[in-house]
Amino acid sequence: MSAKDKLLIFPSRGAQMLMKSRLKGAQKGHSLLKKKADALQMRFRMILNKIIETKTLMGEVMKEAAFSLAEAKFATGEFNQVVLQNVTKAQIKIRTKKDNVAGVTLPVFECYQDGTDTYELAGLARGGQQLTKLKKNYQSAVKLLVELASLQTSFVTLDDVIKITNRRVNAIEHVIIPRIERTLAYIISELDELEREEFYRLKKIQDKKKIHRAKVEKEKQARIAAGIVRESEAGNLLDEGDEDILF
Amino acid sequence: MALHSAIKGKLISVIGDEDTCVGFLLGGVGEINKNRHPNFLVVDKNTAVSEIEDTFKRFLKRDDVDIILINQNIAEIIRHVIDSHNSPIPAVLEIPSKDHPYDASKDSILRRAKGMFNPDDL
Repeated sequence: MSAKDKLLIFPSRGAQMLMKSRLKGAQKGHSLLKKKADALQMRFRMILNKIIETKTLMGEVMKEAAFSLAEAKFATGEFNQVVLQNVTKAQIKIRTKKDNVAGVTLPVFECYQDGTDTYELAGLARGGQQLTKLKKNYQSAVKLLVELASLQTSFVTLDDVIKITNRRVNAIEHVIIPRIERTLAYIISELDELEREEFYRLKKIQDKKKIHRAKVEKEKQARIAAGIVRESEAGNLLDEGDEDILF
Repeated sequence: MALHSAIKGKLISVIGDEDTCVGFLLGGVGEINKNRHPNFLVVDKNTAVSEIEDTFKRFLKRDDVDIILINQNIAEIIRHVIDSHNSPIPAVLEIPSKDHPYDASKDSILRRAKGMFNPDDL
């Protein structure tokens, strides 16, 4: 398995340096991603707590709003159809802003008033106070819901990003770094092997030279012993008689 | 188009029973666009499930809608459509209706959240 699961690279010093720098890079990236995942996780938990809080609050606000609707109906009489038919332009609108958490943009909704109240004259005859209260209640409900919506969007976005980041962290930790380490080990073992080979070859050459030298020496000795050449003759060519060259 | 709608400000859509819709309309979220399409749907006992589904899908596609409010009992009917929507915008919020109290265990988001938390945190 280890033989298969490594990078295809020629084992040389240069490749070793390359692998070393890649390993360092991978480790750095791993620690950075880990930090990012932690930051996101922290924010995520915070949002989750807030969502749960706001959801329960929303239940109460909506109950109150529904109750005031009943009150207004009691005071004014049936006005459902009038309201449903007279819709024109939205008075409350949403603006999106961007929030940034560890390089992840989260949308934040914000509601604002735009234009006039369409139902200004509703409840003019009777029940005006109840209707005003009702409107106020529902407007605060809308505000809360908008807040909840931005929390929820952040929640969904963060959830995705956290999943992706964790996947990357795990991939680096369990796939990329071990693979580089295996490649490094392979390169080192190959280089060692080469060195041993080189050393053996040098030794072998020295041996051969030694044998050769011994052989030559032996032959010379044999020739001296046989009296074919004198000892001085072989070793000392410079001592030969050529005195008349200079003087 | 995106730039245009970013300046314009987005809408909140409502899918709910009559009282919920009336309440939010009085709160001032209602709008009818040029093609006479309202951004709310009143669901009564005669409304077909397919109509709710279609309206919900239409709201998802509209780029001027950022938040969709839906009554929880209606969300239960079209749960599969809501669960298949998983992009962050538009945000789908489940709200309690007058005659159905809020049940946190049915909410899509809270169900996802519960998977990550142990139950006694909730």
